[in-house]
Parts: sequence; structure tokens; C-alpha cells
Amino acid sequence: MTATQEIIYAGGGSISALPQETFVLNVGPQHPAAHGVLRILMEMDGEWITSAEPIVGYIHRMHEKMGENRTYAKFLPNTSRIDYLAAIHYTHAYVGVVERAAKIEVPLRAEYIRVITAELQRISSHLVGWGAWIMDLGGLTPILYAFDDREKILDLFEHICGARLTYCYHRFGGLCNDVDDFFLQGTRDFVPYMRKRLKMYRDLVTDNIIVRKRLEGIGIMDAEMCRRYGATGPVIRGAGIPYDVRRAEPYSIYSQFDFEIPHYPQGDSMARYLVRMDEMEQSLRIIEQALDKIPGGPIQAKLPRVLKLPAGDYCYAVEAGRGRFMIRLVSDGKDTAYRLKLRTPCLSNLSPFAEACRGMILPDALAMLGSLDLVIPDIDR
Amino acid sequence: MKPTLEQLTQEFTQLVGPAPAAPAAVQVVDFAARGVNLDVTVAPDQVVAAAQLLDRHGFSIDTITGVDWLAQGQMEVVYDYMHFTVNLRVAVRTRVPRDDPKVPTISTIFPGANWHERETHDFFGIYFTGHPKMSPPFLLPEDADFHPLKKDYKP
Repeated sequence: MTATQEIIYAGGGSISALPQETFVLNVGPQHPAAHGVLRILMEMDGEWITSAEPIVGYIHRMHEKMGENRTYAKFLPNTSRIDYLAAIHYTHAYVGVVERAAKIEVPLRAEYIRVITAELQRISSHLVGWGAWIMDLGGLTPILYAFDDREKILDLFEHICGARLTYCYHRFGGLCNDVDDFFLQGTRDFVPYMRKRLKMYRDLVTDNIIVRKRLEGIGIMDAEMCRRYGATGPVIRGAGIPYDVRRAEPYSIYSQFDFEIPHYPQGDSMARYLVRMDEMEQSLRIIEQALDKIPGGPIQAKLPRVLKLPAGDYCYAVEAGRGRFMIRLVSDGKDTAYRLKLRTPCLSNLSPFAEACRGMILPDALAMLGSLDLVIPDIDR
Repeated sequence: MKPTLEQLTQEFTQLVGPAPAAPAAVQVVDFAARGVNLDVTVAPDQVVAAAQLLDRHGFSIDTITGVDWLAQGQMEVVYDYMHFTVNLRVAVRTRVPRDDPKVPTISTIFPGANWHERETHDFFGIYFTGHPKMSPPFLLPEDADFHPLKKDYKP
């Protein structure tokens, strides 16, 4: 492309007036920094990005159609396969919307277990995001530590539901299995262990000068940009707004727990990093409180044999690992959904990328891409 | 200034106007039962004004989706809005004829709507006039000329 244009570069300088030679750089769809099949067409002026266009849909599976052509219970396993790193949250949202529509009361013990598993899941999801991101930046060691710790969480999950990734642990009105002492004691032991590890992570990575130089002041996504694009999760909290669905639209029994919503005003990649690190600490706090208060009793409510939802439309949102996950379910009174919309956080978090990376150099843009912690099946559904 | 439910209800009632056919175009609904606070039905040419109204009050775009009402011969477009500092959820909906589904784009107000509108076009064939990029398909294969969430779609 040759055109007269003015580009303001991230460093502060600008080049203007002269026609410029630019070239197109194709990142992906198979690229290690994308962690999946994401393609980005970038127009480059030397090292600088003048425009970028993410191209998605390579692993689109049409989950929303599957939600329409099978019964509510049959769609349940699909929900683990949207964001495979935070499967518990997605299943939670789906059972939540059905319970809201059918007015099912969930037993208190099941709600506590849902909260404990959701927070464990959040930690494991952030661990992968953290490790993989630091690997993108050139540090190979942290991901090995992260997977080591995540392994402990996966072992706990495997013990209660038999799966290590696609759990499908929730049922409408409850859970498929009760937890036993092994799980409860294992989770209790995990909390102090993880606190020690988080301190080690701080020493190893957070205070590392190379990480600071790569992330601080780079990849600015401010609150106004997040609002116009609907970016949520660590992205909006890294822009200084303490928006968390657990507080904004309290679901399950989150209103009973004492926890903070970490937020940093800088809006740069480092802020998003710090939000995730602090969130793991807060998740541990919630787990501790839930373990102290968990009551006995049943874990499954009584349900009719064939579940039919009253006609109407219902929404249910949860704070998933990467942000707000919302389901809009339209029912016409039959035993299948008339329409099932899955609003996923990664799609909305990626959409400001094109605007945010303009004028950045390529390695910084890829560091910012890592800060969004994308899971591609979550975008493509 | 933070918006309140009463204020939004009033402003939307003003926007929708005295439509005799739709007596309950602006509905305050129970959040615990439905997951939204305000449910507004507007005419297709009012979606931009509705987006501007919510933009003025600091709302953010949550998602956009369609619903195919085959029996009524209509396509519904549902816009979900959320607010980051006030706990309010607003759904704005509009219906267009099924054989010529066209709605003006709101991507000029909320750039985040761009992708949601492309997705809705993929799945339902609803055309968003004024949208910068309605083709090629967003999530579907490059050469897809079908709209899989239409109720009369046969694979």
C-alpha cells in the first residue's frame, strides 16, 4: 500500500507526509503465540503495525445449533468444550440458566461445592494462562511450575468426577457426585501450599526485570475502550474498573463470601498480569471460607423425569476464567431450547485488539495478545 | 452521573413513543427470574437511537443475537447491554420481516458490536445496513452461503 498517511508510533514520534511502503504479515493460523488456530493479518510498516485484523472461525463447531437440536441434559457435556481451561464455569452457567428458568432450588451443599470447584478452576485456568504467556515472552521455566501446581487441582477434580479437563460435574439442581474427605482435605492442604507457590512466583517472575520491561506501559487498553468493545474479566479490571460478575450479578452463593476484586488502573499488559496473580490469592480466600462453612445434606434436588422449561427468555452470567460468560436461552415450552446464545468472553476481549495494537511493534503486540489469555475454541464456539 | 432504572424506563418510553400495538414495549422485569432488569422492544429503525441512549449512560455492549420466529414469519434481533459500575442489565429487541431481514448497524456507536453483528449475519442472514464488513463469513467457512440457525435450514 502506498498512501500519504501519518502514523503515531508507540514511542511518541511520528512519520508523516511521504508515501510509505508497507507489507502484509500473516500471523497464524498455526502460530505458537496464538495457542490455537487464530490468524491475524497485520499490515506492517517496518517493525510497526499499521493495522491488524484477527480472522477467527477455524475451529467453529456450532455449539449453539447443538443446543437447539438436543434435550437440555444432552447438551450438558458440550459446555465443557467451549473453554476447555475453565470448563466448570461454563457448565455452571448452563445449569444456572436452566435452574433459573425451571425455578429449581439447588441444595446448599451443592452450591458450596460449586463455589469451591469454580474457584479451584479459576486458579488452574490462570496458572495455564500465566505459564503459557511467560513462555511466549521467552521464559520456559514458569510453565513447568504452573503445570505442576495445576496437576494437583486436576487430581482433585479427577477424584470427584473422573475427568481431568472436560468435567461435566454439574447437574440441573445439583451435582453428579458428592465430595468426600479426600477432596475436602486435599483442597484444604492445597490452600497453604498454593500461597507459598504464589510467593515463589512473585519472586521468580513478577519482580523479574525482563518481564517488567516487556509488559509495563505496553498494550494499553483503557476503561473507555473496554466499555465500547464489551471487554470483561482481567482486561476490564486491569483498566481500573472493579467489574466482576460475582459482585455485579451475584449468582450461586457468592454474596456470602468476603473477597476483594483486584483491579489496577494502568490498563497495560502488566496490570492484567497483576490482576490474575491477585485473583488466585482471592480465590484461595473464597475456598478457605467455603471449606469452613460447607454444610452437610443432599447434593441433588428432585427433578421431573422430562425437563421442560416454561416459554420465555432467560439470561444467566458467570465470571469465567477469562471474563463474563453469559447464556441467553429462549424457550418455547418444549424439552429442547428454541435458541441458545453463548456469549463468550474471549470474543469480546479479542475484538479491541485491532485498535489497541495499532502503532505497536510486533513483539509487544504478541505480548499483549498473551495478556488477553485467549482460548480459541471459546472465540469460535 | 449513574443511571437508574426509573430514569432509563422513562427515557425509553419516550423513545419508543405511544405505540398502540405494543402496550408493554418497555418492561421492568425481575432480575432473579429473567437475568435482565429492563426489557425494551423497539422498531427496527430505533435500534441506533436506543444504542445512543445507552451509550450516553455509560452502558457497554454485552452481545447481539438473533432468534428466528418461523411461525410468525419474523426475525428477532436481541441486543444485550451491561453496565460496569451500575448493576443494570438491559435487553433491547426488535423484529423484522423474515423474508427481508435488515437492521441498521450499531457498530458506529459500539465498535464491539461489529463482530457480534457479523456473527448474527452468519447464523441468521440478518443484514446490518451500514456495517463495514458483512462478508466474508465471520465464523462459518469462507464459502458458506447458508445460515445454519434459521429454523428451515436443512444441512
